[in-house]
Amino acid sequence: MSSLSCMTGGGAERSGVRQTDIDALVARMPTMTTGITRQAPFGESLLALGRARDDVVVLSADLSKYTDLTPFRAEFPERFVQVGMAEQNMFGIAGGLAKSGFLPIAVTYGVFATRRAFDQVAMALATGKTGPAIVVAFLPGITTPFRATHQATEDLALMREIPRMVVLDPADSTEQDAALAAAARHDGPVYMRGLRGLVEQIFDPTDFEFRIGQANLLRHGPDGLIVGTGLGTSWALDAQNELARQGMSYSVLHVPTLKPIDSGAILAMASRHRTIFTVENHSTIGGLASAVSEVVTSEGLGVRVVPMGVPDAWAPAGSIDFVRSELDLTGVAIAGRIMNIAGGVESISGGIKNVVSS
Amino acid sequence: MKSDAEIVDIARSLRRRCIMMCRGRGQGYVGQGLALADLMAILYFDEMRRDGGAELIDRLVLSTGHSAIALYSVLGELGEYTDDELATYGMDRSRIEESPLAGLPGFLVTGGSLGQGLSQAVGFAIGDRIRGSEARTFCLISDGELQEGQTWEAIMSGGHFRLGSLVLLVDNNRMQADGDTVEIMNVEPIEAKLEAFGWSTLRVDANDVPALRAALATTRAVSNRPYALVCDTVPGKGAATIEGFQRTHYVRAGDEVWANALADVQ
Repeated sequence: MSSLSCMTGGGAERSGVRQTDIDALVARMPTMTTGITRQAPFGESLLALGRARDDVVVLSADLSKYTDLTPFRAEFPERFVQVGMAEQNMFGIAGGLAKSGFLPIAVTYGVFATRRAFDQVAMALATGKTGPAIVVAFLPGITTPFRATHQATEDLALMREIPRMVVLDPADSTEQDAALAAAARHDGPVYMRGLRGLVEQIFDPTDFEFRIGQANLLRHGPDGLIVGTGLGTSWALDAQNELARQGMSYSVLHVPTLKPIDSGAILAMASRHRTIFTVENHSTIGGLASAVSEVVTSEGLGVRVVPMGVPDAWAPAGSIDFVRSELDLTGVAIAGRIMNIAGGVESISGGIKNVVSS
Repeated sequence: MKSDAEIVDIARSLRRRCIMMCRGRGQGYVGQGLALADLMAILYFDEMRRDGGAELIDRLVLSTGHSAIALYSVLGELGEYTDDELATYGMDRSRIEESPLAGLPGFLVTGGSLGQGLSQAVGFAIGDRIRGSEARTFCLISDGELQEGQTWEAIMSGGHFRLGSLVLLVDNNRMQADGDTVEIMNVEPIEAKLEAFGWSTLRVDANDVPALRAALATTRAVSNRPYALVCDTVPGKGAATIEGFQRTHYVRAGDEVWANALADVQ
């Protein structure tokens, strides 16, 4: 990655500095699929990991049925620890297992892993010479019909605060499989969000590569930039499609690793745009919007960051489609918000041009 | 196997070291260090087994980070830390922190965020079961930590999983930061509560070396129940100067006090 230290802030200079990085992002754009779903993919990938490694111990706090642990539990009952409804104890036990050489994978809902057991995750899993230890957190953001009790809308913010913690928000089943495998190879604690039930497959698993800390460009267009993470990336792609229907070609940068964040990729893309629209299945405080802002402000890019996600309020209850629509997070709504702010096509060199269809 | 007299000598040495550690800055958790000296001497010089290479097979999980001074003193006795380094206890730039994080030699977990250690000890014991190891796990908590909800989650799981290799040592010093435990939030009757959760229990005067050795020997019996020893301790034990203080949760004192305390244990 080339450094920005030589930059003085001119638009042309910015784009020149970052061109090689953008080329690299374009060169490794993953192959996408459409319309494919998989049922309970986490159960499969966890089972595969359990078969490959006999040091994997899976822990549940009375949610094994609802977090796709049944296949692992059935095949490896001796390596499955059911702790009952006691998340603080679960993460403590996971810490003891990690410190005695096992790879604990503690699986629960995001709210319980973060709000309820924050100190336990921090102290038991992130201090000392703990090797790999994985927290898998289901019901990220608004993927639950319940409200604040179950919607993990601040988990990424909380987990980003913990030193050494890697924070992952995969976008689909392909990436979730790969993220779990990468987390298992990582020497330290990892918090990853989990997707259950019928999960979209937007990435072609053939030759799909997941690297902790690497962002991927999914769409490359000159007219504007949307940055997404997790399901937010899927929503960003919906918006990108909507914008394309209106004649605009937006870039979509997918940032599945919130920490350590891919500053290089974000800076490279940010150098080409005046505005970054971030889309996340999370509060607009502390998650992707904040992480992206930290990157661009620390480099003094002067780029505007427009956060889209769950506002600073408890999100409504209901189906994910309903809640998305209530929070203006559908593809059409996001595209509309982008149009309102950017007015259509913008680029750092050409300024903002009004190309609003109809 | 060491004689009781030899253990008493080691405990005296640990007490001296605790006082020397606090003397540097004139403050520290000396009350706890002195109270736990007999237990530490027995655990590390008798009860916990070592392999051929003298590495510990059994382990101590210290939940009460504030009582780290007791562990430092025994690690000093074992040569893990020099007395010069231990004398920097709590000082800026010293790794001899008053409540250290996991990873410092001899400290398996991060204690100090009280109430978390027993869960991790349960994790070690479950790991031993999966691995087929016969290692025993001792976990030291304070009576105050029985007020933390997580401690009871861990106690429930230790009983549920029938972790016969797990021994909970409750440092029942009957004091906590804000005053006497019985006044702040009574934790008694400890044995009855633990037994209801599936543990075997025994109460012992943990400043009586022969009695404490006998009690620890009892916990060795192969069983499918975890064992809890309620260790009644006297804060400041062995140094009348410290013992005489009204409040010994944390002691700040001038050098004369430390000199007197040192003389007490000689």
